Amino acid sequence: MRKLLMHPLAKPVVFVLCLLPFVWLFYGAATNNLGANPAEYLIRSTGDWTLRFLCIVLAVTPLRVMTSTPQLARLRRMLGLFVYFYVVLHLLSYSWFDMGFDVPDIAKDIAKRPFILVGFSAFVLLTPLAATSFNRAIKALGGKRWQLLHRLVYPIAGLGLLHFFWMRAGKNNFGEVAVYAAIVVLLLGWRVAHFLKKNRLKPSKLADT
Amino acid sequence: MLILPTDQGFNHPLGSEITPREVYAGRRDMLRLMAGGAAGAALAGWAARDAWAQSVRPHKLAALPGVKSAVAGAVVMDKLTDYKDASSYNNFYEFGTDKGDPVKNAHTLKTTPWTVEIEGLVKKPGKYTLEDLVKLSAQEERVYRLRCVEGWSMVIPWVGYSLSELIKRVEPLGSAKYVEFLTLADPKTMPFVGSAVLDWPYAEGLRMDEAMHPLTLLSFGMYGEVLPKQNGAPVRLVVPWKYGFKSAKSIVKIRFTEKQPATAWNKAARQEYGFYSNVNPNVDHPRWSQATERRIGEDGLFAKKRKTLMFNGYEAQVGQLYAGMDLKANY
Repeated sequence: MRKLLMHPLAKPVVFVLCLLPFVWLFYGAATNNLGANPAEYLIRSTGDWTLRFLCIVLAVTPLRVMTSTPQLARLRRMLGLFVYFYVVLHLLSYSWFDMGFDVPDIAKDIAKRPFILVGFSAFVLLTPLAATSFNRAIKALGGKRWQLLHRLVYPIAGLGLLHFFWMRAGKNNFGEVAVYAAIVVLLLGWRVAHFLKKNRLKPSKLADT
Repeated sequence: MLILPTDQGFNHPLGSEITPREVYAGRRDMLRLMAGGAAGAALAGWAARDAWAQSVRPHKLAALPGVKSAVAGAVVMDKLTDYKDASSYNNFYEFGTDKGDPVKNAHTLKTTPWTVEIEGLVKKPGKYTLEDLVKLSAQEERVYRLRCVEGWSMVIPWVGYSLSELIKRVEPLGSAKYVEFLTLADPKTMPFVGSAVLDWPYAEGLRMDEAMHPLTLLSFGMYGEVLPKQNGAPVRLVVPWKYGFKSAKSIVKIRFTEKQPATAWNKAARQEYGFYSNVNPNVDHPRWSQATERRIGEDGLFAKKRKTLMFNGYEAQVGQLYAGMDLKANY
């Protein structure tokens, strides 16, 4: 597995896999195969895929530590950028298919509807993360500050879940929301537990020396 | 290649050769007259077929012809939604919350035998078999706009008759102010009955004057055939000026009450779905605008959504029911 991850083709293969949902949606839209309401289908699917990629990228670190597979870290940046790719598609679908690219209307809509505002805030917060994902930005910021900035992904995950929860609230339909929430809680909970464990070990180590 | 001169009469008939509008429109009136029985029983069936032929039968289910309705506003001129879309994109939560679920799951619904119980404040309560109900009044075809609270719309040729026909028959008491409609709730045939989304059975209600309005339809069919199960077979309500969820499907009980009945969506989310739920572009849903809508199958992906009409375009017919009412408070 570790060898496979280091293979020169590992990244291109993952890249193509991550693009498959987009290809599938694009093909469905082009062949009019997305059901009676393709606009709604595209808006919802791109939102779903944003949440899925967010869960995937948040799973990288826990998996890396638990399975001692540092090679997984190679994929993290690309997976993170795919979160941004799908959230941009989601925002574009909403702006285009739902609002007809009427910018004043979109601005009004964002201000008026709390669940849109929450989703839009998550997108805004994701933007600096995507913009600072190249090596020079990391160097310019310095590792510590860069890491601090990228911890924004935790509140972003919360906003994304709230956006989804709110959207389903009117129909009391929380089954899927609960699945995503459980995954995010698990992945963030692992980080908290891991942090506490590290902190507990440190003082005892000091006491030994 | 044959190139025809453009001034030839063959391509450009003279004005005098065009059938006058009155004449060809008169043919429809003639057919309607015949379908109504004026031309004798033998011809009526044949003529009726032609009268409702405007909605092309999909030939999926048993035929249920209806004569063209004479009720004001009962036949809109909008382009009909494809039967395929109308019968595969449905909200019918007893069969799942996704709009693609009902068409997959509703086949388990048992529509025969079927009875509708009339109870509450009426002189003549009782049980009606579906067969009795179908025959209670002449079946009419009505082309209504359907506006879903979610912001999409369709145009559907329903078959049925004014609910008022049934109400008159059961003679409501003076104390009856509201009519409640209950949908079947059979967990054995409806897989999502019992899920936490709504209180079951699905309950809807109308004020008596709304229920008596001639546009309020008790429907048994669509597109010249009996209702598909996912569309609320075998008998449902269609109230064209209200959001779709007000039109209860697969009705088993109609109850006449003095107090405003509790309705399913109002109980689930009071601040989002009111008792009246009239289509109103000026009163937004808390989570989305109701000013515009997407017509299913017609407005392309990149088309701007069309403006939603007050009372879904039925203001001339139903506006007076709400005269003096604050429609923002009574959403």
